[in-house]
Amino acid sequence: MTDKTLTRMDLADAVHTQVGLSRNESAELVESVLQEVSDALVAGESVKISSFGTFSIRDKAARVGRNPKTGEEVPIHPRRVLTFRPSHLMKDKVAAGNKP
Amino acid sequence: MIRSELIQKIAEQNPHLFQRDVERIVTTIFEEITGALVQGDRVELRGFGAFSVKKRDGRTGRNPRTGEAVEVDEKHVPFFKTGKLLRDRLNGA
Repeated sequence: MTDKTLTRMDLADAVHTQVGLSRNESAELVESVLQEVSDALVAGESVKISSFGTFSIRDKAARVGRNPKTGEEVPIHPRRVLTFRPSHLMKDKVAAGNKP
Repeated sequence: MIRSELIQKIAEQNPHLFQRDVERIVTTIFEEITGALVQGDRVELRGFGAFSVKKRDGRTGRNPRTGEAVEVDEKHVPFFKTGKLLRDRLNGA
């Protein structure tokens, strides 16, 4: 493992090199893609990107939680959470690439 | 929403781009993320979330049909953690 962290900038660089758009426009497009995916999820839609994976929204019911330090009971309100399920292809690639 | 619908939306917002370029943009972004994870790297997209690789230890599993014990090797799996901004937006903040 190289333990590097990629950011938006690296994605924009890849778009710049692969598609040949300016760095500025590449960065804007990366942002638009993330924005569109986010908006669909916020609207309650799941987002399925073939050979990458599926983002879906799950409803969590209310439950009683506990402050682990004080032991005090605190209500946890119902909420929506996002889960990502990687595609088989992605799982296989990641497993193969990180073989010990 | 599926990949083609995402491409369509981006294409509508960018009428000056060719459809095939929009397809390459979307493909490049997701391939770049996958490529990073294959290398064992992380991808941190503030506000959206972070992709990383988690190690799953080897274990003794069981064939549910026969009950037979099987050794499952250690493996690495992709993992996504939702960013704070998106998590808040999902809950109406």
